Formats: sequence, C-alpha cells, structure tokens
Amino acid sequence: MTDTMSEVGRARRRKEDARLVTGRTQWTDNIQLPGMLHVAFLRSPMAHARITRVDVSAARGRPGVVAVFGGADFAAEQGSLPCAWPVTEDVVIPDHPPMAVSEVRYVGEAVACVVATDRYKAADALDAIEIDYEPLEPVLDMTEALAEGSPTVHESGNKAFTWKFAQGDIGEAFRDAPVVIDRTFVQQRLIPSAMEPRAVVAQTDGDRFTLHSATQIPHILRVMLALTTGIPEHRLRVIAPDVGGGFGSKLQVTAEEVLCLLITRRLGRPVKWTESRSEGNLTVHHGRDQLQRISVAAERDGRIRGVKVDLLADMGAYLMLVTPGVPLLGAFMYNGIYKMDAYDFTCTGVFTTKMPTDAYRGAGRPEATYAIERAMDELAVEVGLDPMEVRRRNWIKHSEFPYTTIAGLTYDSGNYEAATDRALALFGYDKLRAEQADRRDRRDPVQLGIGISTYTEMCGLAPSRVLGSLSYGAGGWEHAEVRMLPTGTVEVVTGTSPHGQGHVTAWSQIVADALGVPFEDVSVIHGDTASSHKGMDTYGSRSLAVGGIALVQACEKVREKARQVAAHLMEASADDVEFSDGRFRVRGTTTERTIQEIALATFAAHDLPEGFEPRLDAQATFDPDNFSFPHGTHLCAVEVDTETGATTIRSYVAVDDVGKVVNPLIVEGQVHGGIAQGIAQALFEEAVYDAEGNLLTTTMADYLLPSAADLPDFVTDRTETPATTNPLGVKGAGEAGTIAATPAVVNAIVDALRPYGVRDVRMPCTPERVWRTLQNRALQNRALQNRALQNRALRNEEGASA
Amino acid sequence: MNHPITLTVNGVVREATVPARRLLSDCLRHDLGLTGTHVGCEHGVCGACTVLLDGEPVRSCLMFAATADGHEITTVEGLAAADGTLSPAQRAFAECHGLQCGFCTPGFLCTVTAFLRENAAPTDEEVVEAISGNLCRCTGYQNIIKAVHRAAELQAETRADKEEGAR
Repeated sequence: MTDTMSEVGRARRRKEDARLVTGRTQWTDNIQLPGMLHVAFLRSPMAHARITRVDVSAARGRPGVVAVFGGADFAAEQGSLPCAWPVTEDVVIPDHPPMAVSEVRYVGEAVACVVATDRYKAADALDAIEIDYEPLEPVLDMTEALAEGSPTVHESGNKAFTWKFAQGDIGEAFRDAPVVIDRTFVQQRLIPSAMEPRAVVAQTDGDRFTLHSATQIPHILRVMLALTTGIPEHRLRVIAPDVGGGFGSKLQVTAEEVLCLLITRRLGRPVKWTESRSEGNLTVHHGRDQLQRISVAAERDGRIRGVKVDLLADMGAYLMLVTPGVPLLGAFMYNGIYKMDAYDFTCTGVFTTKMPTDAYRGAGRPEATYAIERAMDELAVEVGLDPMEVRRRNWIKHSEFPYTTIAGLTYDSGNYEAATDRALALFGYDKLRAEQADRRDRRDPVQLGIGISTYTEMCGLAPSRVLGSLSYGAGGWEHAEVRMLPTGTVEVVTGTSPHGQGHVTAWSQIVADALGVPFEDVSVIHGDTASSHKGMDTYGSRSLAVGGIALVQACEKVREKARQVAAHLMEASADDVEFSDGRFRVRGTTTERTIQEIALATFAAHDLPEGFEPRLDAQATFDPDNFSFPHGTHLCAVEVDTETGATTIRSYVAVDDVGKVVNPLIVEGQVHGGIAQGIAQALFEEAVYDAEGNLLTTTMADYLLPSAADLPDFVTDRTETPATTNPLGVKGAGEAGTIAATPAVVNAIVDALRPYGVRDVRMPCTPERVWRTLQNRALQNRALQNRALQNRALRNEEGASA
Repeated sequence: MNHPITLTVNGVVREATVPARRLLSDCLRHDLGLTGTHVGCEHGVCGACTVLLDGEPVRSCLMFAATADGHEITTVEGLAAADGTLSPAQRAFAECHGLQCGFCTPGFLCTVTAFLRENAAPTDEEVVEAISGNLCRCTGYQNIIKAVHRAAELQAETRADKEEGAR
C-alpha cells in the first residue's frame, strides 16, 4: 500500500457528525424511563457551618413528592467520595460524604434532596426543607489558611500534603548566581464549563444496577462506585452515552452519581438528575487555583543554572478523584524544554472552604508552562536578550534527543528549532518587533506586545509503573478489541470514552490501514461497561497515544490469525503469505484471498488449520513505556490600549508538533479549542468567591466564556517529529493549545506594557485589571520621580549651605 | 393550572397540555420527545437551546411553552429536507469540522439557518456578529465561522440548482 492511499493522515470528515447535526443524539438527559422520578438537591448556602437541624417533613407532603432525604438518611451507606491519588505518606484525605451530614465546607455542598414525579416539582419542594446551620469561619485564602491560628476546614488542619522533588544542587545553582529571577504568579480558579451539563440516570431491577452518566470515565466510575456504594462491580453497569465535552470536569466520581444510585436502590425506581448551569458552576469541580513562586538562577548570557518552584495548590474543601495529583502532573514540567543543572520543587496542598479543584484541560501542565514561560520572558529582559534568543540558548537541541531532563523524564523526540522557525516565519516576527519599536517611539496610546510560548507537555497518561511510583491508584494502560464479522466488516470495542474527540473516525482510519478494509466498514463501540468491559477512559491526551496503540496491536493479532487461515486455504506456508491492502498473497504468485474472504471462511469454519479456533477477533492491552511529549511554539501579538486597558489579540500563530497525525482535521480542531481555552484563562475567566465564601460567578453571564467575537483568527501549522515510543509515532494533541496559549497571551500583554514599568499582570487580564496595573505603575513612577527630585533639591540645598 | 397548546413543530401539528411555567425547551425535549434541542444554561446565555419560532431564532429556555401556542417551530430535527438531505448549514458544519462534542451545534444550526436567510453572502464580521450569541467550548469558533461561509456557498448552489431545475 502506498503512503498516499493510507487512511492515517487523511482529513476524513467525522462519522460522528451526521447524528450530531440532525439531533439524533443520546445525551443522558434524553433518557425517559417508565416510572422514572426526578431528583433535586438542596445545597448549602454557607461556606462553612455545622448542621444543627434537618427537617424534611414539610417537603414530604408537597405535590408530586415521593421521597425526601437528608444526609443522615444516607449516613450508613453513602461511604466517602474517593480520592484515588494519595500523593504522599502524609496526605490527609478527609471523609467526604456525598451528602453532608454534620458539617458543610463549601457553598453548594448537597445537604438534602427531593425525589418527585417531575423536575419542577422536585425543585419546588426544596423550599419546604428546613435546615439550621451554626456558622463556622470560612477559609478562603491559601496563605492565611497556613498561618498559625487560622480557622480550619478540617480538624486535622488546612494542610493536605507537602510534596517535594529535587534534582541537582539547587543551593550551588543559586549561590552567587549572576542573575536571579524571582516571581510569584497567580493561577486563578477556573470553571471547566463543558456545554453539556452533568446528568445522571440510575435504575435497578432489584439485582442489577445501571447508571447512565455524562462522564468521561465510565470504566473508572464503575470500579469506584462499586467500592463506594458496595454494589458489587459485576452487578453494576455504567454507560456514558453521548457526552457533551468534559475538559477534565467529567473525570470525577460525583456526589450526585453516588446519591442517585443510593436513591434508586432505596426506592426501586429509576431516577434522573440533570444539573442546572448555576448548580454546575457551584459543584462541578473547579480547575487551577495555585499560587506559584518560581525562581530562576542564570548566567549573564541567559543560560539557566537552576529553577526552584514553591507552589501552593488550593484543594478546596475535599480531595476528589485526582485533586492532589493535579499540581504534581506539573511538577516534572517547570523545567519546560530547557536544560539546567538543578531543579527543586515543593508543593503544598491547602484546604479551603471552596469547591474542590481537580483536573481541568492540561491539569498541572498549563500551570507549569505558564510559570516557566513567563519567567523566561523576565529573564530575557534582565539579561537584555530577545525572549526567543534566551529560549534558544537554553532549549534541548534537536540533535540531543532522546534527552533526560533535570526532572527525570526522557523526552523521546522533538525539534524545537523547526517548530520555532516555522512559527516565526508565519508570524512575521521581525516586522512586528519593528512596529512595536515604532509605537514605543511614538508613545502610541495603543501599544503592541509580542508574546512567546515554547512549550512541551507530558501526555498520554500514562506508564503504569510511573503512576505507581507516584502513588496513583490505578494503571495507565488501555484496551481494545477488534472483531472481524462474517461479512468482512469490522467492529471495534475501545476502552477510551470520547466526548467530542472523534474517536469513532480516527479509530476507523487506524483499522482501515491495519486490516486493509474500507474506512466505512469499521464501527466503534465505546462507553458502556457491558459492551466495553475494560478501559481506562479518556483524559490527559491519552486516547490515541495509548488506546490507539492497543488498537493497532489488536489489529496485528487479527491479521496474524487471518494469515494462518489464508495460508491454509492457499496451501502455503504462513511465512510465504504476504499481506497488503487487505489481501493475503502467496509470495511470488498471483494466488490471493481478501481479508473479507478469510473472515467468511473463519465464520463457516469448514476448513481451518488444525486446532485453529474459529474466530477472527482479538484483544490487546497496551501499557506505554513512556509519556508522549508534544511540543510547539505559539506566538501572540496583542494591542493594548493603555487608556482603557483593553487588550485585542491581533494575531496568533501556533506551530505544534504532535508527532504523526491520524486525522489533521481533528488535530486542528483540538488545537483551536485548546487555544481558545488558554486565551480564555489569560483574558476572561475566573471563578470568584466573596469574603463569605459565596461563589459570585454562578451563571454564564458572570463567568465569561469567550464567544466568537472574543477570539482571534488563529494561524495553525504543524511540524512532524514522530514519537519514537509507539508504533504509530503519535503524541497527544488534546491539551497542547491550552498549555501553550495562556503564557503566550500574558507575555504579549506584559511586553506591550514594559515601557510603563509593568512586570506582570494578574490573570485574567481584564481591561480593568490592566488599567489598574498601569495606574499603579504610574503612581509608583511619579512617587519615584518625586523622591528623585526631592533628593536632588536636598543635595542642592546641602551644596548651597556648604 | 395546565394549558392545552398546539404547536406546529417541523411541519407536524403537535398538541400538549402544559403548566404555565413549562419552558418551551422542556416541552420540546420531554413532552414532545424532540431531544435534538439542547439546554446548556437555562438562563439565555449559551444559545444551545435556540430554535426557530415562525422562522426567527429564539432561546427556547427563555420562553414558556404556552407562549408558543399557535406558532410554528423548527428544531434541529426539522432542518434537513423531508428525504433526509442535509440543509446547507448542516452539511457545512460537518464538512468544516465546525463541531466536536456537538452539544451546542443544534443552537448554532438554527441561528445560522435564520441568519443566512436574511444575509445570503455575509462578511466575516457579520458572521461573527451573528453567532456571538451562541457559545461553543470545543472548537474555538474558527471552523464554525468557516462553516457559516461554506453554508452560504452551499445555499447559493442549491438555489441556483433549483432555479435551473425550474427553467
């Protein structure tokens, strides 16, 4: 088969879309079952309080109400929501009841629920539930939370864990360092905001339970729910039907999933819960929320000696599925693409009375990339180099791969020079720098800034042994099954669980190549533990780099079985039978059989090799040896109006290297969406709590997701440096945009404002915040000038008197 | 109190009895079983629930079903031709990879369908303006903008074909 015929690499239109554009979809909220009841949750209005009385009796008599439950009703059976990542020996994992029983620790925590014949009536009856609270002090600021005498979220205190990692002699690196950059950056709290709200439908026939959920992780969820609720795993089926985006937010075992199962077990009737958006903003786990102190020691010529990171990570009120692990996914990335002799990382997890944080697109790696890429720009200013030059002097050269970094990861492949050169050319870097100089000279009130982000990330989560060494509670393998059906079409069962990524299309392309069957002849089954019994689901840009490889391996097994049958039918030795383009041919002859003929012959089983099991299917479980390391260079030009503080992105160029590409259309889409979310963190989004711990951004009007009018036209391109650690040469592509974009934008804004003495702008860089930063700088500058004038006057006086 | 209402949805006369407060989005999804209309925020910001009311885009989560009594509604299920041929907007979104998870898509398709009826050859700015009331979390909008232009092209081709056929 020639390369041009290959399905892998083709911009195939997606198989998923015909359904999605016609409304023939299967979201969890679509499900209506006979006798189904609806659940509404009453949620804590207090950030921190003791529950002193719960009286649900008045709600019981309300129209349509079938049952009302408070936390005490579930206390004996609800267990504790799981944290699967006990990161350290000293980690404190507080009891996390799905429904609060005696104390609430964030606004939005479920305290009671109504089960009624329709959703409106269930919501109505919430008003009749009486709960008395004895207020306790909220804990909202991480630094204050760690101070002596702070009120505590849990009896054990506010520290969840301290995790340390060090390589090389950091003391030596900083000793007499000619240049030290020391900065503190704030990663604001974000709300992932998948467009489909969460929804759960639970049902039972008394013996077996089925849970439909808008989840990214049906397989993990099944295991966790069995452990949490005591429903045996083999009697629990979890289905993720169509799922409308996740971005990490649906990588969770939620209180509502557990409680819906318990309610259906209690009542013996199917129940449904669909969240409102405000409920979602309050109680879908949040992302980021870290305070990052990063210090870089460097030589005068810009070469880095060492990097030291001290991180405070807001856990929120409890540790959820992978809450404490999120900052650690960044722990190995603060060195970025750069070489250095020493690295020191400390992360302290802090409890606060806010919604727990957990994975959000990039999980740990955007934070790390932000800190190092912001610091690189500061270093460039300090040593008087162009910010790209300072990166060039430090990055791992193409000739140096594979390269084991100071953080201990082995980057298998990469070509930072190629991606950067391509990006610079597309961007017109030199011309923009010239324009910037001109605007600075003219003191143009609208200044131009250029931001750079040269990033890599570790993705394709993950080698099981690495996860084990980091105390993660599961492995990182992925599973696939390939079945050739009697008529020659192919059914794939995958353990990945797509929610917008186009796996059905990409997996079809891979199988079409591996088995030589038409793209149209492949179907993909996913997201149901009854039909896909084994999987690790979809997150961390792992599906292709891990699940795709399991699929390739399963196809290889099928092909080898088919080769045996073909050889037998053609009366040849299997060693003499070649396979290409879906045909088995006896070497040097024209005798051949198509794989479809072999499928039918295997089904008929009339004439198979001695001892051959009549099946043309195979399973494979792939556990990667290493992560994959996509990289790239993103360049952003902004115009900042110094009079209003408004930022406009003028151009954005992204050149990413995600290795071999299966479907360029899908990769481009992932990059676009990732950049949009990265820009959104830089400019728009922040979950804001007030001084009492109330979330203020509970609607989409308050939490600003970008619309088409808020985003620029991106120029995207690729370089292709295949991964050497998997047979497809692929790397993850789902998070790269989000990881790269945020520092590119903020670097651009700070670059625009450098002539005004601005060294940082806190995210999100709203017009108000940019304007205030400029005003503060102006005030400080004036104060400095005044002091200088006063000093001069003083000196003159002294001179005169002398 | 419940109110009997009659809606013509995608050309079919549908009757329902709904409480006054029943949202049109809930009525379409749960009373009439037209689950192609999606509810993303229930407060009128995201636009996922957009349907066409007498041809005009409206947010079905901000409207009571009873208010729609006697009106004609088109949902995503009614955009394709009776023989299943996809509409220009539907084709263009699939062609240009203008969707990923697809949850916001029905709202975009309804918005774009009405928009292209009024403006058959829009500029970039007009497209952005037209879709700025619909939120998508997956695509970054670039391919959606491309899809709207492509839909305009397809619409023009379809019209030209029809005129050709009529001659």
